[in-house]
Amino acid sequence: MLKLPIYLDNNATTPMDPRVLEAMIPYFTEHFGNAASRNHPFGWEAEEAVDYAREQVAKLIGADPKEIIFTSGATEGDNLGIKGVYEMYASKGNHIITCTTEHKAVLDTCKHIEQLGGEVTYLPVAANGLVDVTALEAAIKPTTILIAIMYANNEIGVVQPVKEITAIAKKHGVLFFSDAVQAVGKIPVDVNADGIDIMAFTAHKMYGPKGIGALYVRRKNPRVKVTAQMDGGGHERGMRSGTLNVPGIVGFGKACELARLEMVADAERLSKLRDKLEVALTQIDESYVNGSTEHRLPHVANISFKYVEGEGLMMGFNKTIALSSGSACTSASLEPSYVLKALGLGDDLAHSSLRFGLGRFTTDEQIDYTIKAVTDTVLKLREMSPLWEMFKEGVDIDSIEWAHH
Amino acid sequence: MAYSEKVIDHYSNPKNVGTLDKAKKNVGTGLVGAPECGDVMRLQIEVDDASGIITDAKFKTFGCGSAIASSSLATEWLKGKTVDQAVTIDNMDLVEELNLPPVKIHCSVLAEDAIKAAINDYRTKNGLEALQFEEKGVH
Repeated sequence: MLKLPIYLDNNATTPMDPRVLEAMIPYFTEHFGNAASRNHPFGWEAEEAVDYAREQVAKLIGADPKEIIFTSGATEGDNLGIKGVYEMYASKGNHIITCTTEHKAVLDTCKHIEQLGGEVTYLPVAANGLVDVTALEAAIKPTTILIAIMYANNEIGVVQPVKEITAIAKKHGVLFFSDAVQAVGKIPVDVNADGIDIMAFTAHKMYGPKGIGALYVRRKNPRVKVTAQMDGGGHERGMRSGTLNVPGIVGFGKACELARLEMVADAERLSKLRDKLEVALTQIDESYVNGSTEHRLPHVANISFKYVEGEGLMMGFNKTIALSSGSACTSASLEPSYVLKALGLGDDLAHSSLRFGLGRFTTDEQIDYTIKAVTDTVLKLREMSPLWEMFKEGVDIDSIEWAHH
Repeated sequence: MAYSEKVIDHYSNPKNVGTLDKAKKNVGTGLVGAPECGDVMRLQIEVDDASGIITDAKFKTFGCGSAIASSSLATEWLKGKTVDQAVTIDNMDLVEELNLPPVKIHCSVLAEDAIKAAINDYRTKNGLEALQFEEKGVH
């Protein structure tokens, strides 16, 4: 049975798994205690639940439970991880290396650090979206204290060569931070095998609740510390004060456990569905997959349909299919996706892109429906597109002097 | 952002999509916008030389739903007007009719620019001076 509307925006957020909700409910009502209340059963129950969830979260990424710092989400984790290292390691240096396709939570944190007097190198990426590890190594200076590279990109799903990068970081004695929001729970991430020192991730991208995330902070080889960014009761080993969000943490733990048990099967099923979608949609003339198809998350496809504009395209099916576009027609800036531009795509191709983010609840029927709806709309809009007409007549669109506004 | 019913209607059933023969002397063509900006509009008018009345208008647009709706509505309004009347079509009339939100006003400005460009193309083809228009400067 085809269920509408179809949700293909799982990189933005995922629906919560009903099993996660079930685990959370008692912690809103019966077991409402403050995990920091040490002197009564309400506090003990809450603390026990948090301890259990911390183990579930740690196990998913191969960490020790003591290395998990609960946060409100990955934006907080990115801020705490990067600013916390910048402050804690100020005596060692002030230089951070990151890349241009990072999430705004990382890029804007780095910009903030520049205003504080820090130095940041923003590495470009290749046309396939990958960081050049040789260029990364060359960017390291005596003052470099941190390399911050995302595990997988939110717009194109490209997975960075994390192991190669961490080997370089280790060789030069530089800490490595990763925003792993899109990767954790979707593909195997192991902080020890991968050599990660600090890592931010969040529950709502992996079928857990919004408003809860974690920062992994390594305790051994090397022992890492980050300076707290909020003053208060000294929770979470002094790195993140604030009463723990117990129901959220319980849900996050459950979501991590489910991901650990079901990740392989989910990924196999979703990569087949994604490939089916991608093969069908690239049958359309002048359609292009953005980013590496080799080093990529199993459930993501980003495709540009040349000569039609992304927002106009989505309007053709936005009552039945939810997805995102690299077009910035909705924003006041008129600037399309900076990630796609970083791959070297022209603005026109960036404006013409759609991001498909499949998820645990995506069905085969939904993909069939999406293939037909997207294909029909692209063809319809091309009949309406002056650029398509010019292309068909052999006019070189780049040779036209457009009135730029 | 939700679209107004009128925008949805023009998007779903656009009026006057197509191409007129730009080689004809009584056809004026306006091509405005830029692919990099995410909107390109081509608007064409066919004018009855004797009466100065616009007998046909066609468009093709690369852009969002509001850009498609603005150009579709513009072609509807152009038909039956004289060229002199067409010059007075203001982008804010399109905004009002389509209930465009502030972030989409540039779509209506582009449609007005396309109308003026088409009129000027017609005028210069027929030995008239191109009209000077003030820059709206919204986009």
